Amino acid sequence: MAHGAGGKASRRLVEGLFAPLLCGNSREPLGDAARVEIDGIPMAMTADSFVVKPLRFPGGSIGELAVNGTMNDLAVAGARGHSMVVTFVLEEGLPSSVLEAEVRAMSSALRRSGVAMVGGDTKVVERGKADGMYITTAGIGRPLPYLRVDARSVRPGDKVLLSGPIGDHGITILLARGDLDLEADLRSDTRCVLPLVEALGQEAGPGVRWMRDPTRGGVATSLNELARDCGLGICLLEEEIPIRDAVRGACELLGLDPLHIANEGQFLAVIAPEYADIALNALNNTPGGEAACIIGEVRKEPANAVLVSTQYGGSRIVDMLAGDPLPRIC
Amino acid sequence: MRYVDEFRDPELITKAAEEIRRLAEPERHYRIMEVCGGHTHAIYRFGLKDILPDNIELIHGPGCPVCVLPMGRIDDGLDIARKNDVIFAAFGDMMRVPGAHGSPFEHKARGTDVRIVYSPADALQIARRNPDRHVIFFAIGFETTAPSTALTLMRAKREDIHNFSVFCNHVTIVPAIRAILDSPDMRLDGFIGPGHVSTVIGCRPYEWIARAEGKPVVTSGFEPLDLLQSIVMLLRQLRAGEAKVENQYKRVVPWEGNRAALKAMAEVFELRPHFEWRGLGFISQSALRIRKEYAEWDSEQRFDVLETRVADPKAAQCGEVLKGVLKPAQCKLFGKECTPEHPIGALMVSSEGSCAAYYNYEYRKTASLVTEISSVA
Repeated sequence: MAHGAGGKASRRLVEGLFAPLLCGNSREPLGDAARVEIDGIPMAMTADSFVVKPLRFPGGSIGELAVNGTMNDLAVAGARGHSMVVTFVLEEGLPSSVLEAEVRAMSSALRRSGVAMVGGDTKVVERGKADGMYITTAGIGRPLPYLRVDARSVRPGDKVLLSGPIGDHGITILLARGDLDLEADLRSDTRCVLPLVEALGQEAGPGVRWMRDPTRGGVATSLNELARDCGLGICLLEEEIPIRDAVRGACELLGLDPLHIANEGQFLAVIAPEYADIALNALNNTPGGEAACIIGEVRKEPANAVLVSTQYGGSRIVDMLAGDPLPRIC
Repeated sequence: MRYVDEFRDPELITKAAEEIRRLAEPERHYRIMEVCGGHTHAIYRFGLKDILPDNIELIHGPGCPVCVLPMGRIDDGLDIARKNDVIFAAFGDMMRVPGAHGSPFEHKARGTDVRIVYSPADALQIARRNPDRHVIFFAIGFETTAPSTALTLMRAKREDIHNFSVFCNHVTIVPAIRAILDSPDMRLDGFIGPGHVSTVIGCRPYEWIARAEGKPVVTSGFEPLDLLQSIVMLLRQLRAGEAKVENQYKRVVPWEGNRAALKAMAEVFELRPHFEWRGLGFISQSALRIRKEYAEWDSEQRFDVLETRVADPKAAQCGEVLKGVLKPAQCKLFGKECTPEHPIGALMVSSEGSCAAYYNYEYRKTASLVTEISSVA
């Protein structure tokens, strides 16, 4: 299961098996979407699968997640989604009303993000095999002309920007499963981040070095990947990281680190210092970006790692997630 | 957030750190053991070493329940689950702990029905919902978790639920502290006393440490300010040449403990004559077993138990680290063969284990280390 949790094991699977055998000698760092050129026309491409349980949760559902997630992978690669295809893997006996609700959820998400669904496929598997339904998508888009993101362009002194509060999605799902007997006024943050990315690109395009949407494995995993790809240290100030009280409370109770919790509507960006204020203003002035803030900066040390410091002078390394986050006993 | 923010207040933390510097005599080296794994985790999580003077050394104690559980017990529990087609329920911390034949997660991948639960009551609920299957709750923990296991067993008996049993690995903290103090290579100045355990047993059980061993004990909370304040209280005693038990965690820990919890434990459990602790060996009267009145709900009495004994991997020095003789990074396997992803020793598994806490939060501050990403696990 750890190989699918978005942390270390996932990365090892991709870098140790999939990429070398399937992608040949490509030296491009692994991103959320790949850049391809067809007859000189640059494009961005991505694929994603959605296996969330429960299918519906406060603030969203698997269908909405599938559209937003695909568009977000393209957006943080600096591209505007153009069209997508979808595959439904349905469990035998799934009520048609459930399926219809998800298709409707996808339809409104498509309308909101301005992307076209151009094809798809359906498979049905035996009862007990697919937790209701799995959705797989692929998306294609055009690179935004004013954005060129690459981990290798990140330099010491660059600022780390976060679009809003973290952990809402992961904790919402954890609570929605109902195993914990915990309740909180919390909703998934699933949304398409393209409008924010576009605002950022238009105002601060040349200063944007790298972007990522911190989904599975959370902010810690995304930033650890960046640290390894650029060989530098990512230093965060704990007090600057926006986290809702409900998320903090649940994490404190369960012994989880909010930095490891999944998000579906936020993104991280590394910005050249001279563009940091402009970038922050651009996000703060765009609807949905009011809570964006600078949470840290890039330094030479500790190389290849993420360090979180507190106001009182204590600090800790935050690694990628190893496997799924497991609640502590006491 | 109440009960959290006020104990992480930067100004108060800075003041406490200054007070520690003022109280610590510069020519003296202080060795203070935090008994509880939760404290070890908090010390690294909040980076407290960064703000303590160099001559205050924190030694990590044996209070991590996952860490002290001998490997054979995991094998025994999983063996029962596999052979009898039962549902094996345990806390999340247990899932990656390696037995000789794999961890609960690995057994799950091979087809054993392994479930993560958040309390023993959840395991009982699984039994209610699956009347045709037997559910084993693999119970671990000190006096912190033992009362909830006891209450769950009392409820199973009351409700006549017979497809549920507990594989009991509960241990008690005081004999472990005694074993540490009896260890000849151990020199300690004082103890940061367990927080959660003390909510159940209170502070009296530590009085012998102050009286007979002459070491101060301060029962502590888990926030940065709690821990620093406890160190201040210990240093004040040491400066005054005193040794007594003090309670820093008064907002949670009653001096006399929790009578209702102790009563439930006494109703269901009795002391085992002896029990094996990983790293510490056999310690007499250090663990709990289920009384014969509850035999029907005792996995060990209901099923055949292999009583596997597994020696720790030779190169791993968990015992020395557990007793505080070695620092995590001084073990030969640390960060090489043994990492949180592929733990060889138990201290690397639980986030409360000192090796995992050190590896996760501290190690790479100094060593620029990139985990090899060259092969698939």
